[in-house]
Amino acid sequence: MLRGLFNSVQIAVGAFGIGLLIGTGGAYGKLYGGPVMRDLLEVYTTIVRAVPELVLILLLYFAGTDLINRVLEAMGYARIDVNGLVAGIWVLAFVQGAYATEVIRGAILSVPQGQIEAARAYGMSPGMMLRRITLPAMLPFAIPGLANLWLIATKDTALLAIVGFNELTQETRTAAGQTKAYFTFFMAAGALYLALTLVSNVIIARIERWSRRGTPSVAGGGR
Amino acid sequence: MSVQPAPGIVDATARASLWLQPHRIILIAVALALFAAAAFFMRWDWIPQYYDLALQGLWRTIWILVVTVILGFMLAVPLGLAQAAGPRWLAWPAQAFCTVIRGTPLLLQLWLLYYGLGSLFPQFPWIRQSELWPYLRQAWPYAVLSLTISYAAYEGEVMRGAFAGVPRGQLEAARAYGMSRWKVFRRIWMPQAFFRALPTLAGETVLQLKATPLVATITVVDIYAVASRVRQDTFIVYEPLLLLALIYLIITGIIVFAFKKIEARIPVRVA
Repeated sequence: MLRGLFNSVQIAVGAFGIGLLIGTGGAYGKLYGGPVMRDLLEVYTTIVRAVPELVLILLLYFAGTDLINRVLEAMGYARIDVNGLVAGIWVLAFVQGAYATEVIRGAILSVPQGQIEAARAYGMSPGMMLRRITLPAMLPFAIPGLANLWLIATKDTALLAIVGFNELTQETRTAAGQTKAYFTFFMAAGALYLALTLVSNVIIARIERWSRRGTPSVAGGGR
Repeated sequence: MSVQPAPGIVDATARASLWLQPHRIILIAVALALFAAAAFFMRWDWIPQYYDLALQGLWRTIWILVVTVILGFMLAVPLGLAQAAGPRWLAWPAQAFCTVIRGTPLLLQLWLLYYGLGSLFPQFPWIRQSELWPYLRQAWPYAVLSLTISYAAYEGEVMRGAFAGVPRGQLEAARAYGMSRWKVFRRIWMPQAFFRALPTLAGETVLQLKATPLVATITVVDIYAVASRVRQDTFIVYEPLLLLALIYLIITGIIVFAFKKIEARIPVRVA
């Protein structure tokens, strides 16, 4: 079960990280991209957020591995057996990316316009502006949404049990099935997930405080 | 969320021409071409065979969704109230409940109830002899129970915020009018909190819809289970899943549309 937990955390971290990258790119595309880019991203976020993760995971899991194998065969390589861990990370990252896009887009929109204009006036290149101004300034707005996403990511790893990947939930079911002590094992797994969530909450609170340093407090602000 | 601010008053034709920019027309054409290609080149001959089963599955999905949302909301109101205004001995368990449920995956809760409780129950003769036993042997009560609990926990948190967000002065004014506490709740507190929570509730209901396919893992035959069965029977992988995705998209659209209608009927302006 601890191995399962480790796998779960690994997937969650990987998926969340890649999802963040997709989200940042997506948010930029939605805000500054051309009309076609914007519409395509809109379609991506709408579909991913409207279709159950379970269906998406199945679709992407089968379609993704199939596609890779077909490309490899077309290029003359042998078929490979796609690693469940890698596939899981990519599938969840794809899902997370859609949500992260919306969160980060909203956060970038709440950065005061003047700051970005000032950065441009200083002659910063877009990359530098992103690194020095936009990302740090939007972080306090994005953290609550991203924290939610992280918690969703940890719980979504349980869905990979259905495609037969050995993460925490699947390991628990196997163990429970062997010992017939279903109740105990599921309770224990629940406790592990809960511990993961609670530890994350503490860390998130710390990160949020760190990201808010230097910003005026919004006590009593209606959010 | 993704709604752009309406640029003043635009009449319908102007809005249509704004929306139908050249690149959009091309994109729509591409989408239609993809759709037509999917319809022509993929295999759909299994549909007539599974039509009845699929309708049953769809009905079951919607039924579970509606029942759990209603029951869950009814549970969520006291949960939110206890956390927002209840005494400590009520607020603390409610908060613990919400944290525990929101901190563990729904799939785990579902399996805990179905496999865990389901394996414990037969050990007690008095449960086996009770009137409820025929139901407890089926899967759907566990599915409804766990989805209800999960929705209640998430909504309890939402309602806590909504109850706490109603201005105190309004409640005090209502009390000053001589309304009883129950009447204040019914006429002032509850409606205002509900309106505040409505946009979030819409999102949560979509999330609930997206949680329903999990019940297929405990042998409840919903629309997702039907798609899996088609896959297992015929070895057709993509077509059922794509159709399934389309069905969920449509249901999501209906939910969003319905909540928009309800929202449009809110008589008050929430500042």
